[in-house]
Amino acid sequence: MAELRRTPLYGEHKALGARLVDFAGWEMPVQYEGIKAEHNAVRNHAGLFDVSHMGEAVFRGPDAEEAVQRLVTRDVSRLEDGQAGYSAVCYESGGTVDDVIVYRRPDDFLVVVNASNREKDLEHFRSNTQDLDVEVADESDDWALLALQGPEAAGLLQNLTGANLPDLRPFRFVEGEVAGATTLVSRTGYTGEDGFELYLSPDDAPRVWRELLEAGATPAGLGARDTLRLEAGMCLYGNELDPETTPLEAGIGFAVHLDKEREFIGQEALRREKEEGLRKKLVGFEVEGRGIARHDYPVRVEGETVGHVTSGTLSPTLGQAIGLALVSPGVEDRFEVVIRERPVEAHTVQLPFYKREKK
Amino acid sequence: MHVPEELQYTRSHEWVRTEDDTATIGITDHAQDELGDVVFVELPEVGATFDAGDSFGTIESVKAVSDLYTPVGGEVVEVNEALNDSPEKVNEDPYGDGWIIKLRVSDEGPGFLSASDYEQFVEEEES
Repeated sequence: MAELRRTPLYGEHKALGARLVDFAGWEMPVQYEGIKAEHNAVRNHAGLFDVSHMGEAVFRGPDAEEAVQRLVTRDVSRLEDGQAGYSAVCYESGGTVDDVIVYRRPDDFLVVVNASNREKDLEHFRSNTQDLDVEVADESDDWALLALQGPEAAGLLQNLTGANLPDLRPFRFVEGEVAGATTLVSRTGYTGEDGFELYLSPDDAPRVWRELLEAGATPAGLGARDTLRLEAGMCLYGNELDPETTPLEAGIGFAVHLDKEREFIGQEALRREKEEGLRKKLVGFEVEGRGIARHDYPVRVEGETVGHVTSGTLSPTLGQAIGLALVSPGVEDRFEVVIRERPVEAHTVQLPFYKREKK
Repeated sequence: MHVPEELQYTRSHEWVRTEDDTATIGITDHAQDELGDVVFVELPEVGATFDAGDSFGTIESVKAVSDLYTPVGGEVVEVNEALNDSPEKVNEDPYGDGWIIKLRVSDEGPGFLSASDYEQFVEEEES
């Protein structure tokens, strides 16, 4: 097996007694105290995640905007400087290469990609923009990334930064200092809570991490990150999204601007799919019997397989087994999930499973 | 990792306490720690019979599901019904309130690990 990569915070995780696992080739903390406790800390207070394994691609040059427009499904001409947007990246088939966040900065575009897709994405970005005057730099190793999430995140962070957080709206970002370290502070996240993602130098990351913990944040691992994002109805690449699934099918049509003037890769296929109807659709469901539906478990209606579970867990917030499934378009409100050969009743529910109360 | 001296252990991380012809079975402190927050324990019916080495149920945490194995053969005489409502007992008290089933032993099976052998086994497995 190839040696696992480690983030700049590896030593911090070891010192905290984290359980470390192989995630996309990275040795990452899956939990510290326990998934439920960390999950609840994020829902009720503030949790701190190390997500430095995420990849960062930077597009520079006269054709940077044209390159990004060609590659992503969102119309990034509508983004202002200092604004970020969630987007899909597609193949010509409409199938999904990755889901990303695009940050529009005055002189370039920062595109944050999933760790598991970093090499594939960079290759896709470069090979499809060779005719343009753009440089696509892989800056993944130059950035550490911390996610501070939860209702107390803003108050806690404000004590460590001069950045004006009350004026920083969701999906906006600002360059500033956090605990004296130069940081790109972005009001984004993957938990369904208010929160921030902090891009900073790997050298500064351990100190800032420690200061945020001292200020009261609870360290949280990838286990809680998964239960949080699932309650919030957010997609995980490799589960809900993959090369055989389009963003329309996975329910992230809000990130696809089919009317975008600059043509993007996959636009034709997605337009056609929208006209002709989806081949499958993502639904949220609750399990009625005992057990947890997990990735790849079959979904059946009257004995016939009509899809599969993409993600499932016991929701710590709801105390209820929940999941997402890709199913045939005709499937309505009820089906069975086959949990280790045992069919268990389930019914669909509206997404997200959890929505925070806005103040 | 807590490994009580007086119990016997398996390589699949169950513990067994034998009193007369009854064996009480649960999972070890190490196993509950590896699993994390336990959310379901699928128990067999009282009266069901198992051979040594059979899977008699499953235990599920937020992040994973594992089979439970009995190292002895016999008939289920009692299951820990309290786990239906409070599966977290397996995490909180794996050798006490978190016990899983009791079997009337008809086949003692191929044998067990002692506490010290089990500790050594876990250390080797981790390295």
